[in-house]
Amino acid sequence: MGNDLGGGAGKANLEVFAQTLLSMALQNKDVLVVTSDSRGSGHLKGFAARLPDQIVEVGVAEQDLVAIAAGLASTGKIVYAVSPACFLTARALEQIKNDVCYSDWPVRLVGISAGVSYGPLGSTHHSLHDIAALRAINNCMIIVPADNLETEMAVRAAAGLQHPVYIRFGKRPMPHLHRPGTQFEIGKAIWVMRGSDIAFVATGEVVAQAVDAARTLKAQGIESTVVSMHTIRPLDTQALLAAASSCKAMITVEEHSIAGGLGEACAAVLMQSGIHMPFRIMGLPDEETVVGSQLEIFEHYGLSGPRLAQTALELLNGRG
Amino acid sequence: MGSVALSDRQLRIKSIQYRLKILKYIKMANAGHTGGSLSCIDILNVLYNRILRVSPQTFGHPDRDRYIQSKGHSVEALYVVLADRGFFGESELETLCRYMSRLAGHPTRKVPGIEHNTGALGHGLAFAVGVALTGKKDGRAYRVFVLLGDGELDEGSNWEAMMAASHYGLDNLIAIVDRNMLQITGPTEQVCRLEPLADKLAAFGWSVRIADGHDIPALTDVLSAVPFEPGRPSAIIARTTKGKGVSFMEYDPSWHHGVPDNQQYEIAQQQLEQLLREAGGGQ
Repeated sequence: MGNDLGGGAGKANLEVFAQTLLSMALQNKDVLVVTSDSRGSGHLKGFAARLPDQIVEVGVAEQDLVAIAAGLASTGKIVYAVSPACFLTARALEQIKNDVCYSDWPVRLVGISAGVSYGPLGSTHHSLHDIAALRAINNCMIIVPADNLETEMAVRAAAGLQHPVYIRFGKRPMPHLHRPGTQFEIGKAIWVMRGSDIAFVATGEVVAQAVDAARTLKAQGIESTVVSMHTIRPLDTQALLAAASSCKAMITVEEHSIAGGLGEACAAVLMQSGIHMPFRIMGLPDEETVVGSQLEIFEHYGLSGPRLAQTALELLNGRG
Repeated sequence: MGSVALSDRQLRIKSIQYRLKILKYIKMANAGHTGGSLSCIDILNVLYNRILRVSPQTFGHPDRDRYIQSKGHSVEALYVVLADRGFFGESELETLCRYMSRLAGHPTRKVPGIEHNTGALGHGLAFAVGVALTGKKDGRAYRVFVLLGDGELDEGSNWEAMMAASHYGLDNLIAIVDRNMLQITGPTEQVCRLEPLADKLAAFGWSVRIADGHDIPALTDVLSAVPFEPGRPSAIIARTTKGKGVSFMEYDPSWHHGVPDNQQYEIAQQQLEQLLREAGGGQ
């Protein structure tokens, strides 16, 4: 389901994150990682073994995790605070709001196993609110990388930021979506495919599903644009408007609640730019999310490649 | 450290002058957390005039001592002391809580001398743990002082931070609890019992001392004795009186935030000026 994308199989973004962090930390002793009993989940046991002085363990205490990370950042450390996205952005939301964003300390908040990566574990472990919550908090960039290249580049770029950033990704191996050497810039979307019928504007691990849908549609003579909107804030409005003007209809795709995420952000830009077009927000609806694997949940809620293709056809045929 | 060493008598006089200013600017702003500012002002006085190795000139220096006011609502006390120490001009105190003022009703880094934005309770100690960790990692000599409210200790995040501080042996971290026994609703022991507080802190691995939070020499002694034990964070339970110095504000939780009316303000001023004369600092 959605894995045969032609770009070759990659690693889990989580794995790439851990490797990237280790290579950065080996070069710079001021790079620190802070964990809340999450080094196993974060694939950071190797990091801890190699660089025990550059990992700070706080125990199962996400509020402490974020506030301690802010304190470390205030002294000039390059701090990555790593915890499952579901806990990091809910349990510690006030610390994110006040100690990081309002106080403007450049903490790199890393939400691992985001979205429905922990699908079988139930809603306690799903993070479908995080983008909406952080979009409503001043001074937090939000990056949701789609594949290994985007993940590595995002983690590296975050080190140079002077302000807070939130990066979230999952733990399932992801296909390569971009050629090696593809430029990555925070706030600048990457065009994965260009076509003139349907535009998929997607973020994170469902970009691969949108590419899968585009391949299915191509076989039926329908040309797709696929934009990887890896940065949700600041949103690349230029790319969004370009995608809208090049296609007849648009579908946004995200592994997040349909409330307050990428889709609503795009809709707001389009409406305020006077653009009206067949438009659909694909994400998790306002209901208790079903239990299942990440891919099963994608299929259930129409986020899989085949179901996105079906939605595109309906939208283009005026039945959306 | 203060540029000129001040005597205990001079600091006692300063404390009363600070109290007068706290009331003046709260009255002018028509807003403020009066009781708690009056309870912690002697602690701030001793810290900024005797203990902290920080000045407006060294505020950006990586080796400066840090002061983090976790009980952010008592910001008026902090502003008055920072202005007196020259971090910003005293006339700016007149803008407290005004439209577009830097001096918000809780501390922010926009104000020279303030290390971290606080105001929501239960944040300052964990932040301070992070600052103190760098001190240990990098072998820096600075100390990190945190002022906590006693009602604030209801927040569980403090106890997460207490655990981490002792786990990492942060003897460069000093928590001072402004133990005035009152929070908005009423006595702390009625709202949600804190005692035995010293035992709790000790059980969390802290080295604990109790001091009179209004006694200048006692505060000086205890704050000069840190760390109380090598390898352990230090906690000072400073016994204080909410509303200290103004008879009708003392022990009354309704002055947690409250602005005196004209008559009350006049009485408060008279009482404090009387104390000032008794301390030998009156006109």
